[in-house]
Amino acid sequence: MTIYIPTPLRPYAADQASVEVQATTIAEALASLTNSHPQLRNHLFTGEGKLRAFVNLYLNDEDVRYLPAKEATSVTATDTLSIIPSIAGGAGRTDGRAFGAKSLRGSN
Amino acid sequence: MATTTSSDTLPELTTDDLSRYSRHLILPEVGMEGQRRLKDARVLCVGTGGLGSPLALYLAAAGIGTLGLVDFDVVDASNLQRQIIHSTKDIGRKKLDSAEEKLVALNPALKVVKHDTMLSSANALDILKDYDIVADGTDNFPTRYLVNDACVLLGKPNVYGSIFRFEGQASVFATEQGPCYRCLYPEPPPPGLVPSCAEGGVLGILPGLVGVIQATEAIKLILGKGESLVGRLLLVDALNMRFREFKLRKNPECPVCGANPTVTKLIDYQQFCGIVPESKQEKALKNGIPQISVKELKSRIDAGEDVLILDVREPYEYQIANIGGKLIPQNDVPQRLAEIDRDREIVVQCRSGQRSQRIAEFLQQSGYQKVTNLAGGILAWADEIDPKMQKY
Repeated sequence: MTIYIPTPLRPYAADQASVEVQATTIAEALASLTNSHPQLRNHLFTGEGKLRAFVNLYLNDEDVRYLPAKEATSVTATDTLSIIPSIAGGAGRTDGRAFGAKSLRGSN
Repeated sequence: MATTTSSDTLPELTTDDLSRYSRHLILPEVGMEGQRRLKDARVLCVGTGGLGSPLALYLAAAGIGTLGLVDFDVVDASNLQRQIIHSTKDIGRKKLDSAEEKLVALNPALKVVKHDTMLSSANALDILKDYDIVADGTDNFPTRYLVNDACVLLGKPNVYGSIFRFEGQASVFATEQGPCYRCLYPEPPPPGLVPSCAEGGVLGILPGLVGVIQATEAIKLILGKGESLVGRLLLVDALNMRFREFKLRKNPECPVCGANPTVTKLIDYQQFCGIVPESKQEKALKNGIPQISVKELKSRIDAGEDVLILDVREPYEYQIANIGGKLIPQNDVPQRLAEIDRDREIVVQCRSGQRSQRIAEFLQQSGYQKVTNLAGGILAWADEIDPKMQKY
């Protein structure tokens, strides 16, 4: 199946926009992905191995959180898994620290 | 939206309106009544930057009656690559004044309300309450959660757009039937884990694409026509020009819009997003890393002290401006530790002091004893030491 890697996480997946993995469940697909790209693990999962709250996973167009079997849901080679983290950009400042930053410069 | 105002109380169209909006009036989905709805509508744009620029311009052109703008920033040269409401002559001007001038020039009948402030928990409900729709064009997580919660508490739709590099997201949150931003993302990422656009960059056209999607959604909500993005997240990939969409569900356990909400008033969003105000002491030592000011670094270099400046930016950034540091881009540092002398004092430097802080922490964890971070990065150097240095 194909796993789509979002822009902010591509540096941790050898700059690839998508990765092909062989898997029978979502959990297997994620394990395969993080085994070949270990740096992704910290960005996707907490220390306890739980998916981080600001990262959403979609099997095709369905939120994995709302699938009855969740990450144990079986997948086929034609399915896609999309990782969708929250992004905040839009206006004109932020130097990483969001607002409250002393020097507000044009940024995103 | 469209059902809240009966057509009897809608403002009449003037002769000027009839000619100006003639291409709308012949659309069955707009027509006279729709145009009167637009004239009656009050939309708040939070931010007049990348997303707010096209959003406000198109709403003004479409005949929205009242447009509120929230911003406290001034126009900077680096904004002009994407913030098309501002012009070169506006550099240094308040964004609100610059935006108002363009909007009123485009449509003199438009009423612009300027909110020259940073949206906060203290003022958000008061500002938002006078509008029918809120369009979120902000650039940081605390304000995104603030806008979301305020919209849910007031029952206002939140037309959402967000961008990073070549990728954008758009949706409509906080209508009665649909999910809110917290249903999608219950918690923000911890500071530092997700790069900002200042670090990651953004394609100038992308906020145009996403901001126009937001404007389209706002207008559809006002007209009550078409299928809105409520319950759908639209993902825009400008590099490959792909639009994908995902189903969003209302989270029954959502702390704001769920059945038993725990957030019933606005909270401290900086704290919620893990942003702690810096005290003086923390400034000197951040996460265990000593911070050095540009002035101090300059005087130490001038005094001939042996300091290794490690520049962890990307090569193209180094080309724009540098202070002669050794260039190892942040992602290469783990593989190139052998090139970094453990016995010398190392001052890690980047554009603003963020990336360098993370790399300084990494070096410290890797056993380097004398690592400091250049506070404010090369931007502070340009401000305080070398005004001729190119800022970006």
